Amino acid sequence: MPEQRGRSFYVLAAFFALFILFLYGPTITIAILSFQGPKGGLTFPMNGVSLHWFYDLFEQQAVGDIWGSFRRSLGLGLMVMVTTVVVSVMGGLAFRKRFAGSGVLFYLVITSLIIPSILISLGVGLIFNQLDLDVHWTTSGFGSQLTWTLPFGLLIMFAVFNRFDKTYEEAARDLGATSWQTIRHVVLPIIAPSLIGVALFGFTLSYDEFARTLLTAGSYNTLPLEIFGMTTNVTSPVLYALGTLTTVFSLVIIAVFILSAWWLSRKRAHAGNDAGNGLV
Amino acid sequence: MPLKRSFSNALAAWLMASPLAIVLALFLVLPIAMIVVVSFWGATEFSIYPAFKLDNYEFLLRSSVTYSVFLKTFMFTVISWALCLAIGFTVAYFLAFHIRTQTWQIVLFLVCTVPFLTSNIIRMISWVPFLGRNGIANQTLMSMGIIDEPLEWLLFSDFAVVLAFVHLYTLFMVVPIFNTMMRIDKSLLEAARDAGATGYQTLTNVILPLTKPGIMIGSIFVVTLVMGDFITVRFMSGSQSANVGRLISNDVALLRYPSAAATSVVLLITVLIVIGIMLRFVNIRKEL
Repeated sequence: MPEQRGRSFYVLAAFFALFILFLYGPTITIAILSFQGPKGGLTFPMNGVSLHWFYDLFEQQAVGDIWGSFRRSLGLGLMVMVTTVVVSVMGGLAFRKRFAGSGVLFYLVITSLIIPSILISLGVGLIFNQLDLDVHWTTSGFGSQLTWTLPFGLLIMFAVFNRFDKTYEEAARDLGATSWQTIRHVVLPIIAPSLIGVALFGFTLSYDEFARTLLTAGSYNTLPLEIFGMTTNVTSPVLYALGTLTTVFSLVIIAVFILSAWWLSRKRAHAGNDAGNGLV
Repeated sequence: MPLKRSFSNALAAWLMASPLAIVLALFLVLPIAMIVVVSFWGATEFSIYPAFKLDNYEFLLRSSVTYSVFLKTFMFTVISWALCLAIGFTVAYFLAFHIRTQTWQIVLFLVCTVPFLTSNIIRMISWVPFLGRNGIANQTLMSMGIIDEPLEWLLFSDFAVVLAFVHLYTLFMVVPIFNTMMRIDKSLLEAARDAGATGYQTLTNVILPLTKPGIMIGSIFVVTLVMGDFITVRFMSGSQSANVGRLISNDVALLRYPSAAATSVVLLITVLIVIGIMLRFVNIRKEL
């Protein structure tokens, strides 16, 4: 029964549109400004249109070690992503039943989520310092970022398993499947689209993480650290060009993940099985 | 047989949970313990040395700066929280109850979520051309004749800090509230209407109480993110404003680790108390 849209709909729709503008407006602004002419500044008006500032990015000496830091962030993001997916799935499966210590572990996960990031940075930095170990993005940086991505991965897994229809597992068990076979051939295929969500969070949260890597990345910066360093000494639109490029990169990554999740669940829908369908 | 089975079940659960437990033990529990220990240490200009003294806490709790900085942190927290809640609730309400097809709900929800997955630092930087002295906001206001000269308090001010917090963290409010709203049985809304409730009455008497868990989860996110922040305040205030996180990062920059650790301990206790109070109102695990 389609009803007439009330006035409240239009008011709320306008509010929502403003919210979207608020979210995206600034990013779009710097995307436009990154095409400033060579003599242009940090604000409007545009002083011609050029790719000058993008060229600048590719000249090693003009700005720090951007490409090195990009490679490190990419590598770290992939490491964190794979670890987050594996550990979250295992944790999610474990948490389906109460086990000794599950309460404590759950509260640790929540603590990990709410603890101010700089405390992780400081604490891990202090430990490495006192053990005379060098902080490095592959060790201390990697571990520190996991304390941020794992809680998200785990919360998503909780949401997934709360909606999981256990009869599929029972059916598999009744047919004589071992618990490993049940997980491998029944549980994992059903939750696969959600795993893409976990992977997306793992990668992007790591790729953009600043506070937890600040004191744990060592002498080789990750990209967010490099960008923040630039804000204090670079006052040209090259900063916008860099911002635009990494945002575009993030958007491409997000699109790839979302499209593959959509493709996976569509494939599954064709196979006539709609278990585990959810928003996450 | 049942005993053996429950034992092997417990063992399996333990094995499955162990990677998580190990990561959290090494990179969460140990660092916190280390911070607590170091907060009692002493420091020279170049190094820190083990000791057991209360100097760091004494200095911290005696300094009037500490109290004004904590007050400022609470101020940022309360204002940002209230704005995130108002905006987040409205957006979630629109998505959950005014968008009729699931496809559009998912599309618009994703449109809201995507910025959260891009860099916070870049999203902060992107306010510069808008708020700066010669930025869009000032130019627009001047061309409209509302002001004669550029407003100086738009960028690098407390206003900019709160704006950035709302910009960065409203998403954390939208997602859990939307999630709980989607689980509200639509027949309850029909029942309210049949019983003669106006839209506003339905909102305050039916939707709002049922959405409380989502509101609490979103609030926990926003409050902890704002209370623990240091980078947003530093960048958006142009280093003119301070919160507790900046107090810590300043000490770190000066290699005064014991002092930074003592401040961290006090901050952590404060955050835990605030969250403890909020958790009394909601059972997180039930609400996912």
